[in-house]
Amino acid sequence: MSYVVGLKCKECGNRAPVSPVHVCEACFGPYEVEYDYGAMKGKVTRESISAGPKSLWRYKDLLPVSEPKTGFNSGFTPLRKSQRLANELGCTDLWIKDDSCNYPTYSYKERVVSVAISKAIEFGFDTVGCASTGNLANSTAAHAAMAGLRCFVMIPHDLEQGKVLGSLIFGPTMVRIRGTYDDVNRLCTEIADKYGWAIVNVNLRPYYTEGAKTYGFEIAEQLGWRLPQHTVVPTAGGTILPKVYKAYREFIELGLVEDNHPKIYSAQAAGCDPVVKAIHKGIDIIEPQKPNTMAKSIAIGNPADGYYVWHAVKDSGGWGESASDREIVDAIKLLAKTEGIWTEPAGGTTLAVAIKLIQQGRIPRNESIVISITGNGLKTLEAVQGDLTYPEVIEAKLSEFDAMLHRQHGQQKPPIRAARPEVSVV
Amino acid sequence: MSVKVRIPSPLRSYTQGADVVEVPGNSVGEVLNALKEKAGGIETRLFKGPNQLNRFVNVYVNDEDIRFLKNLETPVKDGDEVSIVPAIAGGIGDVK
Repeated sequence: MSYVVGLKCKECGNRAPVSPVHVCEACFGPYEVEYDYGAMKGKVTRESISAGPKSLWRYKDLLPVSEPKTGFNSGFTPLRKSQRLANELGCTDLWIKDDSCNYPTYSYKERVVSVAISKAIEFGFDTVGCASTGNLANSTAAHAAMAGLRCFVMIPHDLEQGKVLGSLIFGPTMVRIRGTYDDVNRLCTEIADKYGWAIVNVNLRPYYTEGAKTYGFEIAEQLGWRLPQHTVVPTAGGTILPKVYKAYREFIELGLVEDNHPKIYSAQAAGCDPVVKAIHKGIDIIEPQKPNTMAKSIAIGNPADGYYVWHAVKDSGGWGESASDREIVDAIKLLAKTEGIWTEPAGGTTLAVAIKLIQQGRIPRNESIVISITGNGLKTLEAVQGDLTYPEVIEAKLSEFDAMLHRQHGQQKPPIRAARPEVSVV
Repeated sequence: MSVKVRIPSPLRSYTQGADVVEVPGNSVGEVLNALKEKAGGIETRLFKGPNQLNRFVNVYVNDEDIRFLKNLETPVKDGDEVSIVPAIAGGIGDVK
């Protein structure tokens, strides 16, 4: 059964029926899906959720979709207890929510796209699209291919090759636009207006953003129905952070978890940190920026939901920090070497900022911490290419291998294998 | 001075459906204020106070966000195009 009541303007409270609209006619404020939480009580329980599929659709009762049409294998990604990274940072209860392995295109975007495309089909659209810094384009193109919908993806002209090919392979119409994501986004607003397509992060935005809640639901459920005291989340357009906070609050409201006053922290790249700057200033006016960072997937200078990120962070008692390109690459390498997870610059930004917050003492080392890894490093080879040494080539001769080991280890004794047990011949 | 203003669909009820309206003015602020002569009531959607735009209203002059220029003081000349574009936000909503 559906618990959706309709759409309600977040700013002025104006109500609208469930339909493909995203801007309140009265004040231009954002429409938000309204639920009947009272009716959910006693029906949406830990048991009812646990009995659901091992995908984001186990939280269907808290999503604005009557019948899922795609994303049956998306979500429910690992929440990993960190050992080696935790030791490195001196933390005792550190967790990594790993959407770098989210199915099928390896980013958190599967969550929002699964909801948006299901809704697009429900509304009767035959064409979908998006404005994207890469990951959203990959995911929209893949889910559209699965659902058999026509697809247009609009991206800035200078994205990483992995992000471009990672969309093209699914056969969408790709439009590369000279300019930043903010230019692309503005054009998409006008395209949605003129052509009447389902642009998932424009006119389906009220539904699309709800999908991001599943990232927060999973953290709470996988932690054993408890909330982490500290959650560090990257901020680009600002969708996921307020929705993780909303997910926590919904679970609290339904009595599924105890309210331990979870704090949420925003991570941005230093070359594009309009929300963090506003958090530091203490004023909820987000001054737009022209992005200049290698973290292209989060290079959004005019974040649509920046205002709501600011308020979720402040309301929860959290904070925000930014990381330089150098710190981002170092964090990518640290995560890979300590946990075996290769993330893209957005994930590097989140870890680099988490480290800063821990060092500042804002996040105590002995409290529960979740680091949000939202994308996969295989798509952004360019980010680490200049930072890793390509090895020399040797001939297939043991003497050459010995010589290479000697060169690498100098006069030090090269590591020798442990003694192998004798094979007894009977 | 006459400037073209592009109107987004949520505001076209004020312009009898027109997506472009031509109005006079020497700055963005003057242009937007002049709009109310041709589209009465539209000012209540654009402004929350004198010379203060609503939070979810973005304004561009020839494709540049006026916040990178001189905001409402940004000068305009004949043939310039001013676009009103709603910000796209998702919000948090009330959980209760």
